[in-house]
Amino acid sequence: MTDQTLTVRFFARLREELGTEQLTLPADTDQTAGDLLATLASRGGPWAQLQGSQPVMIAINQAMAKPGAPVKAGDEVAFFPPVTGG
Amino acid sequence: MISIQTEDFDCGAEYTALRGSGAGTGAIATFTGLVRDSGDTQDVSGLFLEHYPGMTEQVIAGLIEEASRRWDVRKTRVIHRVGRLLLQEQIVFVGVCSAHRGDAFAACEFIMDALKTSAPFWKKELSEAGEHWVEQKASDVARGEAWDK
Repeated sequence: MTDQTLTVRFFARLREELGTEQLTLPADTDQTAGDLLATLASRGGPWAQLQGSQPVMIAINQAMAKPGAPVKAGDEVAFFPPVTGG
Repeated sequence: MISIQTEDFDCGAEYTALRGSGAGTGAIATFTGLVRDSGDTQDVSGLFLEHYPGMTEQVIAGLIEEASRRWDVRKTRVIHRVGRLLLQEQIVFVGVCSAHRGDAFAACEFIMDALKTSAPFWKKELSEAGEHWVEQKASDVARGEAWDK
Protein backbone atom coordinates (compact mmCIF):
# COMPACT_ATOMS: atom_id res chain seq x y z
CA MET A 1 0.00 0.00 0.00
CA THR A 2 1.36 3.42 -0.90
CA ASP A 3 1.29 6.30 1.49
CA GLN A 4 -1.29 8.77 0.14
CA THR A 5 -0.05 11.70 2.16
CA LEU A 6 2.41 14.51 1.66
CA THR A 7 4.50 16.46 4.13
CA VAL A 8 4.29 20.24 4.41
CA ARG A 9 7.06 22.16 6.18
CA PHE A 10 7.23 25.80 7.27
CA PHE A 11 10.30 27.88 8.08
CA ALA A 12 11.30 31.12 9.80
CA ARG A 13 8.56 33.77 10.26
CA LEU A 14 5.87 31.47 8.80
CA ARG A 15 6.87 28.63 11.13
CA GLU A 16 6.60 30.98 14.12
CA GLU A 17 3.39 32.74 13.14
CA LEU A 18 1.59 29.53 12.18
CA GLY A 19 2.94 27.79 15.27
CA THR A 20 3.61 24.82 12.97
CA GLU A 21 6.81 23.22 11.73
CA GLN A 22 5.35 20.32 9.83
CA LEU A 23 2.01 18.89 8.72
CA THR A 24 1.00 15.62 7.12
CA LEU A 25 -1.89 16.11 4.69
CA PRO A 26 -3.82 13.78 2.41
CA ALA A 27 -2.49 14.03 -1.15
CA ASP A 28 -5.26 14.91 -3.61
CA THR A 29 -4.95 14.08 -7.28
CA ASP A 30 -4.25 16.91 -9.73
CA GLN A 31 -3.10 19.19 -6.95
CA THR A 32 -0.57 21.99 -7.36
CA ALA A 33 1.53 23.73 -4.72
CA GLY A 34 -0.71 26.77 -5.24
CA ASP A 35 -3.83 24.66 -4.51
CA LEU A 36 -2.20 23.48 -1.32
CA LEU A 37 -1.46 27.08 -0.31
CA ALA A 38 -5.08 28.08 -0.98
CA THR A 39 -6.40 25.16 1.07
CA LEU A 40 -4.15 26.06 3.99
CA ALA A 41 -4.95 29.80 3.71
CA SER A 42 -8.67 28.97 3.98
CA ARG A 43 -8.06 27.81 7.56
CA GLY A 44 -8.16 31.55 8.39
CA GLY A 45 -6.39 33.39 11.19
CA PRO A 46 -2.62 33.44 10.72
CA TRP A 47 -2.99 30.91 7.87
CA ALA A 48 -4.61 33.58 5.67
CA GLN A 49 -1.17 35.18 5.20
CA LEU A 50 -0.22 32.24 2.95
CA GLN A 51 -2.25 34.11 0.32
CA GLY A 52 -1.67 37.58 1.72
CA SER A 53 0.42 40.51 0.57
CA GLN A 54 3.78 39.04 1.59
CA PRO A 55 5.45 36.66 -0.87
CA VAL A 56 5.59 32.96 0.03
CA MET A 57 8.37 30.88 -1.51
CA ILE A 58 7.74 27.25 -2.42
CA ALA A 59 10.07 24.25 -2.49
CA ILE A 60 9.05 20.77 -3.59
CA ASN A 61 11.37 17.97 -2.50
CA GLN A 62 13.96 20.60 -1.54
CA ALA A 63 14.04 22.39 -4.91
CA MET A 64 12.49 25.81 -5.55
CA ALA A 65 9.14 25.55 -7.37
CA LYS A 66 6.35 27.72 -8.81
CA PRO A 67 2.74 27.72 -7.56
CA GLY A 68 1.68 25.80 -10.68
CA ALA A 69 4.00 22.87 -9.95
CA PRO A 70 2.16 19.60 -9.22
CA VAL A 71 2.46 17.98 -5.80
CA LYS A 72 1.79 14.30 -5.20
CA ALA A 73 1.79 11.67 -2.48
CA GLY A 74 5.18 11.28 -0.82
CA ASP A 75 6.33 14.81 -1.68
CA GLU A 76 7.91 17.18 0.82
CA VAL A 77 6.48 20.65 0.17
CA ALA A 78 7.93 23.65 2.01
CA PHE A 79 6.58 27.18 2.34
CA PHE A 80 8.80 29.99 3.59
CA PRO A 81 9.50 33.74 3.37
CA PRO A 82 12.09 35.05 0.89
CA VAL A 83 15.54 33.94 2.06
CA THR A 84 17.90 36.27 3.94
CA GLY A 85 21.15 34.40 4.57
CA GLY A 86 24.74 35.40 3.96
CA MET B 1 33.38 21.56 0.40
CA ILE B 2 30.27 22.96 2.08
CA SER B 3 29.68 23.16 5.83
CA ILE B 4 26.56 24.35 7.62
CA GLN B 5 27.46 24.53 11.29
CA THR B 6 26.77 26.25 14.60
CA GLU B 7 30.48 26.48 15.51
CA ASP B 8 32.77 29.34 14.54
CA PHE B 9 35.45 28.85 11.85
CA ASP B 10 39.11 29.83 11.48
CA CYS B 11 39.69 31.90 8.33
CA GLY B 12 43.45 31.29 8.58
CA ALA B 13 43.03 27.53 8.61
CA GLU B 14 40.54 27.72 5.72
CA TYR B 15 42.93 29.86 3.68
CA THR B 16 45.81 27.48 4.36
CA ALA B 17 43.66 24.57 3.17
CA LEU B 18 42.75 26.49 -0.02
CA ARG B 19 46.45 27.12 -0.70
CA GLY B 20 46.88 23.38 -1.08
CA SER B 21 44.65 23.28 -4.16
CA GLY B 22 47.49 22.63 -6.63
CA ALA B 23 50.27 24.27 -8.61
CA GLY B 24 47.81 25.75 -11.14
CA THR B 25 46.24 28.04 -8.54
CA GLY B 26 47.47 31.61 -8.86
CA ALA B 27 44.76 33.46 -6.95
CA ILE B 28 42.59 32.94 -3.91
CA ALA B 29 39.62 35.22 -3.17
CA THR B 30 37.86 34.94 0.16
CA PHE B 31 34.83 36.69 1.66
CA THR B 32 33.78 36.70 5.31
CA GLY B 33 30.45 38.07 6.53
CA LEU B 34 30.04 39.34 10.12
CA VAL B 35 27.12 40.21 12.40
CA ARG B 36 26.66 44.00 12.19
CA ASP B 37 25.06 46.31 14.77
CA SER B 38 22.34 47.58 12.44
CA GLY B 39 20.21 46.11 9.69
CA ASP B 40 16.42 46.32 9.46
CA THR B 41 16.60 47.38 13.12
CA GLN B 42 19.09 49.39 15.22
CA ASP B 43 21.25 48.31 18.18
CA VAL B 44 21.35 44.70 17.01
CA SER B 45 22.97 42.54 19.67
CA GLY B 46 22.95 39.32 17.70
CA LEU B 47 21.24 37.15 15.13
CA PHE B 48 19.33 33.90 15.06
CA LEU B 49 19.89 32.01 11.81
CA GLU B 50 17.55 29.28 10.63
CA HIS B 51 18.02 27.04 7.60
CA TYR B 52 16.38 24.21 5.67
CA PRO B 53 18.75 21.27 6.23
CA GLY B 54 19.42 19.30 3.07
CA MET B 55 18.04 21.88 0.66
CA THR B 56 20.62 24.43 1.79
CA GLU B 57 23.53 22.15 0.90
CA GLN B 58 21.94 21.21 -2.45
CA VAL B 59 21.41 24.85 -3.43
CA ILE B 60 24.99 25.84 -2.53
CA ALA B 61 26.39 22.81 -4.38
CA GLY B 62 24.44 23.97 -7.45
CA LEU B 63 25.91 27.48 -7.14
CA ILE B 64 29.44 26.06 -6.94
CA GLU B 65 28.73 23.93 -10.04
CA GLU B 66 27.49 27.00 -11.89
CA ALA B 67 30.54 29.03 -10.82
CA SER B 68 32.78 26.20 -12.05
CA ARG B 69 31.09 26.26 -15.45
CA ARG B 70 31.41 30.05 -15.81
CA TRP B 71 34.92 30.65 -14.45
CA ASP B 72 38.20 28.87 -13.84
CA VAL B 73 37.55 27.42 -10.37
CA ARG B 74 40.10 25.02 -8.85
CA LYS B 75 38.71 24.66 -5.37
CA THR B 76 35.95 26.20 -3.28
CA ARG B 77 35.05 26.35 0.37
CA VAL B 78 31.71 27.58 1.74
CA ILE B 79 30.90 27.73 5.44
CA HIS B 80 27.63 29.15 6.79
CA ARG B 81 26.78 29.26 10.45
CA VAL B 82 23.31 28.78 11.91
CA GLY B 83 21.81 29.25 15.35
CA ARG B 84 22.44 32.16 17.68
CA LEU B 85 25.32 34.51 16.79
CA LEU B 86 26.57 37.54 18.72
CA LEU B 87 27.61 40.96 17.42
CA GLN B 88 30.74 40.80 15.22
CA GLU B 89 30.75 37.00 15.10
CA GLN B 90 31.52 35.40 11.73
CA ILE B 91 28.45 34.26 9.76
CA VAL B 92 29.68 33.09 6.39
CA PHE B 93 32.91 32.25 4.55
CA VAL B 94 33.37 31.82 0.79
CA GLY B 95 36.80 30.97 -0.63
CA VAL B 96 37.66 30.34 -4.28
CA CYS B 97 40.94 29.22 -5.87
CA SER B 98 41.52 30.10 -9.54
CA ALA B 99 44.40 30.47 -11.95
CA HIS B 100 43.87 34.26 -12.12
CA ARG B 101 42.39 36.96 -9.91
CA GLY B 102 39.53 37.91 -12.24
CA ASP B 103 37.99 34.44 -12.04
CA ALA B 104 38.63 34.19 -8.30
CA PHE B 105 36.94 37.54 -7.57
CA ALA B 106 34.00 36.88 -9.90
CA ALA B 107 33.30 33.33 -8.72
CA CYS B 108 33.57 34.35 -5.05
CA GLU B 109 31.22 37.31 -5.53
CA PHE B 110 28.77 35.25 -7.60
CA ILE B 111 28.57 32.47 -5.01
CA MET B 112 28.01 35.02 -2.24
CA ASP B 113 25.40 37.07 -4.15
CA ALA B 114 23.50 33.99 -5.32
CA LEU B 115 23.65 32.39 -1.87
CA LYS B 116 21.94 35.45 -0.38
CA THR B 117 18.93 35.18 -2.66
CA SER B 118 18.62 31.43 -3.24
CA ALA B 119 19.99 29.42 -0.30
CA PRO B 120 17.28 28.77 2.31
CA PHE B 121 18.63 30.67 5.30
CA TRP B 122 16.64 33.19 7.34
CA LYS B 123 18.05 35.79 9.73
CA LYS B 124 16.30 37.18 12.77
CA GLU B 125 17.79 40.31 14.35
CA LEU B 126 17.91 40.30 18.13
CA SER B 127 18.03 43.51 20.18
CA GLU B 128 16.79 44.85 23.51
CA ALA B 129 13.69 46.05 21.65
CA GLY B 130 12.83 42.49 20.64
CA GLU B 131 13.20 40.21 17.64
CA HIS B 132 12.75 40.98 13.95
CA TRP B 133 12.82 38.59 10.97
CA VAL B 134 14.99 40.29 8.35
CA GLU B 135 13.22 41.21 5.09
CA GLN B 136 14.77 40.31 1.75
CA LYS B 137 16.33 43.42 0.16
CA ALA B 138 15.56 44.51 -3.40
CA SER B 139 19.25 45.45 -3.72
CA ASP B 140 20.27 41.86 -2.89
CA VAL B 141 17.79 40.49 -5.43
CA ALA B 142 19.16 42.92 -8.05
CA ARG B 143 22.73 41.82 -7.35
CA GLY B 144 21.71 38.17 -7.70
CA GLU B 145 19.82 38.81 -10.94
CA ALA B 146 22.71 40.83 -12.41
CA TRP B 147 24.68 37.56 -12.69
CA ASP B 148 22.01 36.12 -15.00
CA LYS B 149 22.74 38.75 -17.66
